[in-house]
Amino acid sequence: MDTDIQVSPGAMFTETALDRQKRRIEIVVRIFLLVVTSLMIIPLLLIIGYLLYKALPVLSFEFLFTNPKDNMRAGGIWAPFLGTIYLVVVSLLVSAPIGVFAAVYLNEYARENWFTRITNLAVVNLAGVPSIVHALFGVGAFVLFARLGESILAASLTLAIMTLPVIIASTTEALKAVPMSFREACWNLGATRWQTIRRIVIPNSISGILTGVILQVSRAAGETAPIMFTGAVFYKAIAEGDLFAYNIMEQCMALSLHLFTISTQVPDVTEGIPYATAIMLVGSVLLINAVSIALRVYLRTRKKW
Amino acid sequence: MLKMDHARYIIICILVVLVCGFAIIGYSPTDSESAASKQSAQIIKNKGSDTMVNLAQAWAEIYTGLTNTASVEVSGGGSGTGVAALINGTVDIANCSRQIKPKELELATQNTGKTPQEFIVGYDALAVYVHHDTPLDKITITELAEIYGEDGNITKWSDLGVAHENCPSNKIIRISRQSNSGTYFYFREALLGKTQDFKLGSLDLHGSKDVVEVIGRTPCAIGYSGMGYATSEVKMLEVATAPGERYYAPNLKNVLAKTYPIARPLYMYSLGEPTGEAKAYLDWILSPAGQKIVEKLGFVPLANK
Amino acid sequence: MNILRKKSAANVPFSETVIETLIRLCGVSSIIFVFGIFFFVFREGAGFLFNGLDLGEFLTSPEWYPTSLNNKRYGTLALILGTFSVTTLAMCIAVPFGLGAAIFISEFCSPKLRETFKIIIELLAAIPSVVWGFIGLTLMNQLIIAVFNAPIGLTMLNGGILLALMSVPIIVSIAEDALKAVPDSYREAAEALGATRWQVTYRVLLPAAKNGLLAAVLLGAARSIGETMAVLMATGHSVNIPSSPLSWIRTLTATIAAELGEVARGGEHYQVLFIIGILLFTITFVVNLIADLVIKGIRQQ
Repeated sequence: MDTDIQVSPGAMFTETALDRQKRRIEIVVRIFLLVVTSLMIIPLLLIIGYLLYKALPVLSFEFLFTNPKDNMRAGGIWAPFLGTIYLVVVSLLVSAPIGVFAAVYLNEYARENWFTRITNLAVVNLAGVPSIVHALFGVGAFVLFARLGESILAASLTLAIMTLPVIIASTTEALKAVPMSFREACWNLGATRWQTIRRIVIPNSISGILTGVILQVSRAAGETAPIMFTGAVFYKAIAEGDLFAYNIMEQCMALSLHLFTISTQVPDVTEGIPYATAIMLVGSVLLINAVSIALRVYLRTRKKW
Repeated sequence: MLKMDHARYIIICILVVLVCGFAIIGYSPTDSESAASKQSAQIIKNKGSDTMVNLAQAWAEIYTGLTNTASVEVSGGGSGTGVAALINGTVDIANCSRQIKPKELELATQNTGKTPQEFIVGYDALAVYVHHDTPLDKITITELAEIYGEDGNITKWSDLGVAHENCPSNKIIRISRQSNSGTYFYFREALLGKTQDFKLGSLDLHGSKDVVEVIGRTPCAIGYSGMGYATSEVKMLEVATAPGERYYAPNLKNVLAKTYPIARPLYMYSLGEPTGEAKAYLDWILSPAGQKIVEKLGFVPLANK
Repeated sequence: MNILRKKSAANVPFSETVIETLIRLCGVSSIIFVFGIFFFVFREGAGFLFNGLDLGEFLTSPEWYPTSLNNKRYGTLALILGTFSVTTLAMCIAVPFGLGAAIFISEFCSPKLRETFKIIIELLAAIPSVVWGFIGLTLMNQLIIAVFNAPIGLTMLNGGILLALMSVPIIVSIAEDALKAVPDSYREAAEALGATRWQVTYRVLLPAAKNGLLAAVLLGAARSIGETMAVLMATGHSVNIPSSPLSWIRTLTATIAAELGEVARGGEHYQVLFIIGILLFTITFVVNLIADLVIKGIRQQ
């Protein structure tokens, strides 16, 4: 389809003024749209470039593995970084199974009726609920009602619910991509529905499901508002290098909140540190996303059907 | 093999149900309380005033380095949050940049059976900041009340008798804090007493540092923040209570002599007489070693006895 | 996908029944969570909502004095206008860019370039909102001061640009889906009549996909309304009826984020913040619902 646009239909005949005008408009439109689209690359590059430029003086491995020091004016990001990992992992443990099962239900079990429509609508709406409302929900449901207090668990549960739609959406995509004939073949061999799902549908879509799970991780790692009031603290000293330094019933620092506090509340922070924290946050999130994209592209090339 | 897989899925499912169960049913109150008291042997929970959060963090950081029997968990959120947590019995030490209200004291005693004990741990002077280019060195509380107060008439720099060349609009940009921060409460009371409100339309920034940074970039701005937050971009004004009175600069000497008009004590409250690790921590804060940190952070240490 | 096969109860092992129940439970979890969110947010705010809050004042007064000592006023008009003005501004920037990019990617692009652009847009979507806020606070702040000679860079414009950048990816991906959903036979028919690619797009595709495009814009707007950290850090956070893109404003979301941390639990102010949460939930719910209905409209055609 892309090749034949070059050949204006008018080329068969002599070019009229109208044809010329049409062609000119076409060129202008193309250039305009190309520019508009390309303009979106600029902020991405600009932001990463700017942050990196400002962050370079302090970026190092040591930055990642030392705690914030000297009244958070110096040092690194170990405690918040580890906290973010805790939050992400715990939220993943909750949202991945629920999300995958929910998608399995929507795709394999649900019939096309009003109830399924409402369920789908609920998924869409859950994705649309503002993050700060999730925070309020986290406070109301987990911190107060469930008496979890402000803790890693409460914050992670809030994050899990918030990121659930990401997993549901991409898992549904992945399940849909498995051809119906696969299932039919399996059923004809006498397998039950669950056996079919477990033996045929999930193995054939596992990489697509993984993509969604990875996206959830990236989403959860970057969120600030939902954890501000449910479990993240301003400061907490933990042992450097100890991966099990946090207890999930206690609070933790988090990279995103750390960036917020050092950029608005802590005076005299060493120039590069907020930028380095930002680049670590963006870097890890983009890296996780890149993995997910790479996985998806790789899968498409080796698709069996 | 098939059995194993089955088992694995079932275990995952059970885990999910358990976690959800936690969230939905919640702990019984007695459970969480006993859990909290078990932890307090190790962790000192410290929460409250945003003004003091950097100070509290510095204490926590250094103290955690000195001892290996205790770890201090610091959260900000504001004096109100600290007191609320004290009333709920969920912190060991509450930071407060205002004195606890009699009603709160009573509530805390009622709720927890212990009377909060008050410790003055230092003083904070609120400095009035302007951009360093502003041709103004002194201001009176009366003028500040006219600038910030609901019925105030001063809106232009020329109203203060200042020809501000770097501020072509001549408009005073008021920088304030979010309306429930301790700093806001204190500044409002110092200016207007307990009857009047501030004018709307000020920039209510989120952190003490944010205030100073924004003023440093904004020639038209005036704002208030702890005197420890000063940078080279901003200027602290000398303050007098009324026209004709003597002006005092915000510095250690004037605060200790109680001549600088906008200074206040900083409090820490423990539930009942502090014991164990919390007592050791408070003793250390009040010792010369702890007070040195107060001075280092730009607050005013307690006078030597 | 609708499964028509009936399961025979006889050969289904017990473990399978358990797992199927679990799957069904997870399947409806989204409904439970959406109701749960509404319920718990409502539960915290209900007391004051029904008993004490003057709803008229709440929605129409610009006087936001939650901490006044003797005359507390909870008017959110300035905050509502703040949210809507910054969203409108963001949409004014994001819609041309988003739709333009969607059209380009879906109609004018070689497949390779299309993949590249889609990846870039996906990465743009992944940048956390606190990082956008940080950019607003540092880079954009200085830029706006320099370019517009404004006294302060933390303005509606600053927030609007950030929100535009954050909602463009959503607009692009949904709009592109909508364009893709137009059957190729439409394109082929128009091209056979001698239309250029732009004429096909403008005369055939855009009208055919207009519902989907509208949904894209709505969902982009919903994202902007709900955004918190970026607007908290970049818009100046000032209770102000907005008058120009360079005025500093405060949004509903930022108000909750800034004030929830310091309110006494259960107090009026605390409950009002939850009521604002209900308001936000309702607004985004309605917008999402409309978008969904609009999309459903396409499917039925």
